[in-house]
Amino acid sequence: MQTNQLIDRLSTQLEPVRVLRPPLLRALAWLICVGLIGTAVVWRYAQLPAVLPRLTLPRVAVESFATALTAVTAVIAAFELSVPDRSPRWAWLPLPPFALWLAASGLGCLRNGWSLHEPAGFMGHSPHCFAFITGASVPLAIGLFWMLRRARPIHALPVAAVGTLGVAATAAFVLQFFHPFDVTVIDLALHLAAIGLVVLAGSLWRRSLLDPSLGESR
Amino acid sequence: MSAAQGGDGAAYARLLREVTPFVRALLRRHCSNPQDVEEMLQETLLTVHRVRHTYDPTRPFSPWLGAIAARRGIDGLRRRSRVARHEVGAEQDGYETFADPAANIEPEAVRASGEIEEMLRRLPPRQRAALEAVKLRELSLVEASAVSGQSVAALKVNTHRALKALRALFREPG
Repeated sequence: MQTNQLIDRLSTQLEPVRVLRPPLLRALAWLICVGLIGTAVVWRYAQLPAVLPRLTLPRVAVESFATALTAVTAVIAAFELSVPDRSPRWAWLPLPPFALWLAASGLGCLRNGWSLHEPAGFMGHSPHCFAFITGASVPLAIGLFWMLRRARPIHALPVAAVGTLGVAATAAFVLQFFHPFDVTVIDLALHLAAIGLVVLAGSLWRRSLLDPSLGESR
Repeated sequence: MSAAQGGDGAAYARLLREVTPFVRALLRRHCSNPQDVEEMLQETLLTVHRVRHTYDPTRPFSPWLGAIAARRGIDGLRRRSRVARHEVGAEQDGYETFADPAANIEPEAVRASGEIEEMLRRLPPRQRAALEAVKLRELSLVEASAVSGQSVAALKVNTHRALKALRALFREPG
């Protein structure tokens, strides 16, 4: 087919479209929605009397703040990257808070060692943390990708990778309200494994998650 | 573009025609083959059509269009290098004969590609167009629908029927 014929075909019976709202507004909408649900869940089910005093410790406070900041910046970056004319450098935005989160967690590991050696054994509660992060990431990712796919990103990989980092960090932040004990190496390793698994799954299924037309035929 | 987002087909056609030389020039940075450039250009226009709701009228148009063209250029290059890895040029060594009969696959492949082309020509036009767009050019159903003028449902049916017809043609005694 000639290019002129294609242009004629595309322009005849052209349907009006609703212009997408700015990415920052859409990101804030998702964050506010998830924030409200998260607050309700934490208020209802978290062990707040055990968790709140821990948040006054500088290391724990920095770790929690960095986790939340990773989630917020990753979600904003995913929405920005989903539209064509935004800089690919948005993908770097969540990395500084993510590094701070790892550093603060690593500091906890230095103090606490490999494992807390609880009655639950060497692994302690860490497998529950893994299940929580991966399990909570699924509904969060469904909501996020449902909003991101409206933009039909032309380069899906960074959007999917950064977006799933955002949902995994959100899940890890909520987990801290159910995690009134110190981080150990086993804990940190399983947290990272859960985040890696979520990011990998999102990146592998990026096409069907982010573009309905690609998902149908490729 | 704002008018096109509002459904003004004439403005949209004018815009696409005006940007075509600009996009073609951008794509030539990725590829020198005119036929490949034209294919990448058409894919860029299809993507512009598909994501036209993401253009923010308060921002400049060129970076938005340029980002789409650059992405389709990179995708086109990747597809071409993928295809090139699996193809053997007939003019280079397609007719070379080896002592081991099992190694003489290129001449047969060349003959087979001619036979396949003949079989494709024997398909009804709508089935052939659907098969070429969906399976050979690997367009999405929405893009293939825009190119071929067939609905998505008709494309699915015609692709299925084309494959079935091809299978029957393959079984016919030569």
